[in-house]
Amino acid sequence: MLKRRLVPVLYLLDGWMVRSQEFQEHQYIGDPVLHVERMIDWDVDELIVLDIGRGEMTFEHHRQDYRHKPVLTLFDFIQRIAVECRIPLTFGGRIRTIEDIRTRIQNGADKVSVNTILADSPQTVTQAARMFGSQAIVASVDFRRVEGTSRVYLRHGREDSGVVPAKWARRAQDLGAGEILLNAIDRDGIAQGYDLEEIRKVVDAVTIPVIACGGAGHQKHFQQCLNDTDANAVAAGNIFHFTENAYPRAKKFLTQARSDIRPLTENRPA
Amino acid sequence: MRVALVEYGIGNVLSVANALTRAGVTPVVVRDGDELTALDASCVVMPGVGAVGEALLLLRQRGLDVALQALVVDRGVPFLGICVGMQVMAETCEEFGEHRGLGWIPGRVRRLAPEGSSLRLPHVGWNTISLRDDGDFLTGLDGEHFYFVHSFVMECPDEYVVATANYGHPFVAAVCHGRLMGVQFHPEKSSQAGAVLLSEFLTRAAPIAA
Repeated sequence: MLKRRLVPVLYLLDGWMVRSQEFQEHQYIGDPVLHVERMIDWDVDELIVLDIGRGEMTFEHHRQDYRHKPVLTLFDFIQRIAVECRIPLTFGGRIRTIEDIRTRIQNGADKVSVNTILADSPQTVTQAARMFGSQAIVASVDFRRVEGTSRVYLRHGREDSGVVPAKWARRAQDLGAGEILLNAIDRDGIAQGYDLEEIRKVVDAVTIPVIACGGAGHQKHFQQCLNDTDANAVAAGNIFHFTENAYPRAKKFLTQARSDIRPLTENRPA
Repeated sequence: MRVALVEYGIGNVLSVANALTRAGVTPVVVRDGDELTALDASCVVMPGVGAVGEALLLLRQRGLDVALQALVVDRGVPFLGICVGMQVMAETCEEFGEHRGLGWIPGRVRRLAPEGSSLRLPHVGWNTISLRDDGDFLTGLDGEHFYFVHSFVMECPDEYVVATANYGHPFVAAVCHGRLMGVQFHPEKSSQAGAVLLSEFLTRAAPIAA
């Protein structure tokens, strides 16, 4: 039986891992390599890393006391984590060209998540799907509720596209995307649960898998989303940083509640 | 032991290279038929994602079809094909048109579910496998979870099938024909179970290499 995935999303800003709230506030929480290593140790189903920096790409931490070589560029970082990443790795952010996609995949990403180019350069999405396969192209769709209706927002949640998420997601599928990463901006970092209604609408509008993100503050929120929608995966960021052993505990809880969850790997040798 | 890792312009070869390194070997990346032939490899691992037609075209452009035939079919050097690297072994492949496969296994590659079916494609995520008989090179891995990401599957006679998985209906998850082995899932991305599989493949290849 195909299992539904529980997916941590990590946000990278200028080389640091950050906690995000409503795409606006970011709190630095440390060295990204260490955070990724913790996720790999937890044997997560899949890992998504989104580089949310906007300006020039920088890696600003230059501590020399790490037990590993300092990571100085984005590609150092991807290569470094790919060495140990025995689970699927999706990398997103700052992707504008085929070359951006190629470099991320060549350095060890299994998939890339694209967002802005769905609006600015749709032909690049189609070309990428042909070159790397649809399965390597995840369409990231960020939305906000404005006066009761949901609309897709572009450029880190700052620009209203005027289009509803279901329609945007369908368009992304038609362009060649193999999965949708649906993120509720209003719920980012709020921990009040998923936007089940919007997730259902998007799931119904496409025939590719949907990863639902935004709003998980408690493991019951994952359960609710899995029970009440046909999302193939539930994703979250903050909960996995600020609660002790949140991922294994959520996995145990969900495995007891549902049969379509991949259980934790027991007694995994180091 | 010389492990050849075939790179032909598609797919994330680095993920497979990293997984082989974790399994204790250092693979040598080969990019065309001449490089493969010159290496005198003890075994061959061929990854692949994306479209099977494109994969076949690139293999032929690089002379890899001929070099692989000589090495793994005629000489019997152990071969592991992953995802599209497995699908190319079939006789015919239907993906964006019909393509002639390498023909090592009498099978066809077809869409996992017909257009308009309620099954979501690609089939992405962790699924369990069921072994046929002893499962051959997958022995001990019955019921384990592996990571799949694909929309097409191989259909072939039962005698070549060593494992199936279920998505709407059972489909071929792994094949074996002598020392030709293929898996539809991604062992390099399948955590502990994937590591066990790669180790088993390398263990099988070792005495042949010695």
